[in-house]
Amino acid sequence: MQQSNAYIITFSVILTVVLGLLLSGTSQVLGPLQKEAEALDKKKQILGAVISGDEIAAMTPEQINEFYASRIASIVVDINGAPVSEKDGAAVTAENVDIAKNYKMAAEDRLYPVFIFHAEGDDSAIESYIFPVYGAGLWDAISGFLALDTDMNTIGGITLSHVGETPGLGARITEPGVQARYQGKEIFDGSGDLVSVAMQKGEGKDYSSDPHMVDGMSGATITANGVNAMLENYLGAYLPFIESKKSSDAVAAAY
Amino acid sequence: MSAETAEKVLEKKPAEALLSKRRKKLISDPLVDDNPITIQVLGICSALAVTTQMKPTLVMAISVVFVIVMANLTISLLRNTIPTRVRIIVQLAVVATLVTLVNEVLKAFAYDMYKELSVFVGLIITNCIVMGRLEAFALGNKPYDSILDGFGSALGYSWIILAVAFFRELLGSGAIFGIPIYDYVSGLFGDDFQLATNGLMVSPVGAFIILGLIIWVQRTKTGYVEH
Repeated sequence: MQQSNAYIITFSVILTVVLGLLLSGTSQVLGPLQKEAEALDKKKQILGAVISGDEIAAMTPEQINEFYASRIASIVVDINGAPVSEKDGAAVTAENVDIAKNYKMAAEDRLYPVFIFHAEGDDSAIESYIFPVYGAGLWDAISGFLALDTDMNTIGGITLSHVGETPGLGARITEPGVQARYQGKEIFDGSGDLVSVAMQKGEGKDYSSDPHMVDGMSGATITANGVNAMLENYLGAYLPFIESKKSSDAVAAAY
Repeated sequence: MSAETAEKVLEKKPAEALLSKRRKKLISDPLVDDNPITIQVLGICSALAVTTQMKPTLVMAISVVFVIVMANLTISLLRNTIPTRVRIIVQLAVVATLVTLVNEVLKAFAYDMYKELSVFVGLIITNCIVMGRLEAFALGNKPYDSILDGFGSALGYSWIILAVAFFRELLGSGAIFGIPIYDYVSGLFGDDFQLATNGLMVSPVGAFIILGLIIWVQRTKTGYVEH
């Protein structure tokens, strides 16, 4: 009986239904918690571009949410640097813009969120601008958040994350030590042209005198190239916004 | 049907103690004498991949314990109804479901771990230890024994990967569970003294070396020889 085709098919169907129900049930129950965890993780990454990872690690989820609410403002701009408040009839908020989805669109159609790090409770005392970046590493997507100081030139910090880079090689972009190499680097050259910052091939050289180069990761040149392309790509897209802030800040600094 | 004969032998015995000698052996055998990693050389892939640090290794170990024990229990409960011809697929479906559950729970409650481990947790599905125990034990034994067997194998796997991770994190990153041991030790010898970490230990090569050393030490002690 057990070996008849009918039995096998019935058994398989029942098993599939039971397991399927179990999985979809779990997904339903845990879904809201997962969304929360994802949102919290995003906030951590955004904050990671401006404050140290140790500080973030020491905070409870509630503290992070509170800190984020009191220190981060956000706007969404288009490729021309103009603010966008709604798209296709729906209101857009920077936190809800899916960078990965936007990446698949043409550069002109994308939404570009900007996160503004400001003094506590005072969103006119801006300390830095944080831009999300997204691109391709060696195996899968890489992404991150880049913080620019108010001179719109000096990198205040960067957080990088990846989906499937090689552990110990390309995956090292998530290490604080690697990310710290970007701090204080500059994205514009002396004549005001955007040159971005490029991670070099090889590791262990001193690039402290060159504002546009950072030390590479040994054995992860393709991931590094991906990071470089990602930064260049998105800094280019944010350029109109950056330029506009540059000029308005020059005015603000004058008073 | 070997499954049925094995079961009959067991049924003849009077009620067995909850942790009889035979059952204790089910747990203790895979720890050393029949260790899944060092003797059977199964599950090497994840043993290399996740062991750069203690914390993810511990999460991985707990996940594997859960998956193996639950899979063994489920398959053992179903062992008389599973059609022989599709048993591998049935096993796979059960294991895959359990692994997905672990992944979902991690995503909800330990998102950082999820980001770090999700690839490897997914790979528990293909961990030969899990399928090996289902095929070799759970299909022919009662649920309680199967739980013990799965628990033993998982512990055998866990302690090896934790041992590997201990040395890799200590030598490679100078830390244990993220606590910077090297910095403390260096501090004892004055400001200029700094213990150097070994980059090789962070790469998979380091895991091979540590694993090789563990297998060497173990086989010297137990006198195990492969035939």
